[in-house]
Amino acid sequence: MRYPPTVDIRLAAAVVAGRSAARASRLLRRGGGTALPGLVAERVDPAVVRKLALRFGRGAVTVTGTNGKTTASRALASILEASNVPFLHNREGSNLMRGIGSTLLLDRGIRAPHHDRLLLLEVDEATMPAATAAVAPRALAFTNLFRDQLDRYGEVDTVAAMWREALAAAPRDATLILNADDPSVAELALDWAGPVHWFGLDDEAFATTSAGAFDARWCRRCGSTFTYERRYFAHAGIWACPGCGRTRPAPDTAGTNVRLALDSASFDVPGIGELTMPLSGTYNVYNALAAIGLARVLGLPSEAIRQGVAAVAPAFGRQEAVRVDGRDVRLLLTKNPAGANEVLRLLATVAREAPDGNVNVAVLLNDRFADGQDVSWTWDVDYELLAGHVGRCWAGGDRGPDMALRLKYAGWPESSATVADPAALLDAILRDTPSGARIFVIPTYTAMLDFRAELVRRGAAGAFWERE
Amino acid sequence: MDTSGLQIRVAHLYPDVMNIYGDRGNVIALRYRCRARGIECAVVEITIGDPFVPAEFDLLLVGGGQDREQRRIADDLVEKGPAIRDAVESDMPVLAVCGGFQLFGHRYVDHQGGIIPGIGIFDLETHHPGPRADRSIGDVVLETDFGEIVGFENHGGRTYLGPGAVPFGTVVRGFGNNASDGSEGARYRNAIGTYLHGSVLPKNPALADALIHLALRHRYGREIELPPLDDATESRAHSSASAVAARRSRETPARS
Ligand SMILES: [Zn+2]
Repeated sequence: MRYPPTVDIRLAAAVVAGRSAARASRLLRRGGGTALPGLVAERVDPAVVRKLALRFGRGAVTVTGTNGKTTASRALASILEASNVPFLHNREGSNLMRGIGSTLLLDRGIRAPHHDRLLLLEVDEATMPAATAAVAPRALAFTNLFRDQLDRYGEVDTVAAMWREALAAAPRDATLILNADDPSVAELALDWAGPVHWFGLDDEAFATTSAGAFDARWCRRCGSTFTYERRYFAHAGIWACPGCGRTRPAPDTAGTNVRLALDSASFDVPGIGELTMPLSGTYNVYNALAAIGLARVLGLPSEAIRQGVAAVAPAFGRQEAVRVDGRDVRLLLTKNPAGANEVLRLLATVAREAPDGNVNVAVLLNDRFADGQDVSWTWDVDYELLAGHVGRCWAGGDRGPDMALRLKYAGWPESSATVADPAALLDAILRDTPSGARIFVIPTYTAMLDFRAELVRRGAAGAFWERE
Repeated sequence: MDTSGLQIRVAHLYPDVMNIYGDRGNVIALRYRCRARGIECAVVEITIGDPFVPAEFDLLLVGGGQDREQRRIADDLVEKGPAIRDAVESDMPVLAVCGGFQLFGHRYVDHQGGIIPGIGIFDLETHHPGPRADRSIGDVVLETDFGEIVGFENHGGRTYLGPGAVPFGTVVRGFGNNASDGSEGARYRNAIGTYLHGSVLPKNPALADALIHLALRHRYGREIELPPLDDATESRAHSSASAVAARRSRETPARS
């Protein structure tokens, strides 16, 4: 290898140590875990991430949010591919600091001191202050702020405070890509003197009528409760502050004429035209808009944006269909009340169009760290939306009994069997439904991993490595 | 005994503000267990600025919120304080959860020494030990007069009971009021305060039924026996939560 005359011995040693750790880890067959190389390299040179990030000639961009950051960053990656822009994305690695370090270390192009690439980082919401300080992004996208996994990070305000801390560490001329419809994200602009690119929905016909609990928010400037002209999704909508008069900013990237189908969504963006993506759900429309806003800030062409959005692959398990013994099994990952309500809203539409007016649904609830150890969020979900439209149902996962109770109180059929083991659950599904039936599986994150592993074991789905 | 045609009137305080951890589950459980017995469960949502007239209700619920949400309701709650006190003294049952529980004490002192006044239904006060202190987060199992109660707690404040309050339960697993004295929650007359948020009533049907029973007594002035329900699903959820708490406490032995 060659380094320029001002070679950084410490950095070189850190890179070598990190890559050796990765090789050793592969030899030991400890695949899947991608944090180790970053950890080892950081011990040798704590500034390793900052130094490596500086080598990206097109700079760095970050995508964060409590939800949708994986889909939004994949959508941007897809647009970058369509634009022929070279980039590095922590797609396989974790979105924590060590995983970002590992992504940089394991990258083949990294030894070149300067190269014409872009660094695209999906960043965990709590890692934003450290990641922003390390990679000095030129653009930072924030998808949304939901009360999610509260036992991990405390409270919504805690996450907002971490993001303000990240902004304090960001380059002054960086552009923020902000969700105009989420008041908690929009408020980040109060602390930002630099440029902001807003994205949001402008579609009166698409407003939600859900009566379900949503998380009211208050103006950080004056303390008043926001009022809504309409809501699209949870607390996202056309908001205004009755106290200080702040209103939802007009989007620079606006989604209009939204049409949702089971496996796809279409919408128009003035200035770009009609877009279709192979993902459904209001939240995915927002994720796409975040990526489109970011792409526009990067100056990428409209045609590449349309192509990239059309080619975005479903993030593994989030929305996936497989055939098992002649049944059509669809996985619909949920991890919080807003996402679950959206899935139920979609399934109610599907049920109304089904010949018997029903859908078969398995709801899998785990309570491991990645799911959130507190399962009381299930009581904020409108499972009642599907009451009367459920044919067969099963409750599963580590907390299957809790789920069965939730579904009972939501008015779902009592036949709901509680099967914790994924193999037994799949057997029950195949036993209870005829060939040709369609079954919707709504798992939490680790329940999805378990269930998908069982599908892989039976040869019904491809093998995979995924993030922690 | 036949309970059909009876009615309870539930006041749900600040449902739009104090609702952070699935507190809606308590309302859903009350409605379900009333409907299954032919009892009408009329829930009225009372938020900031709305009057609370004790004579119009038989049961009072209030849920949890963050510090700033507590601050938001504090003035209004203090205004409603005398009416709520009248209700409690007339033996109206109350369930106050988490942030609501804290403000039904004398005061909440935040980590900067700022005081949010409470309404003193329970003889207790709560202190936040500061941003560096660990939150009390995890599964809880309690021994109470209503049998074993299971749930989940997530709070920064430490609550200390005065001589006028008795605990709702004794901590078997979890942190409880202050992670040191083994007490959880508080009781005064028919008012219950607890840190167990969200799904406390669905998984603890005996507690839900006790509140319904007390509400009926408040409404009709006599003992009305509740017909038993098939609680197999509730029992499985309860046992599963209890088993999870036991397993996790073995994994983290530092937690009592
Ligand atoms: Zn305001």
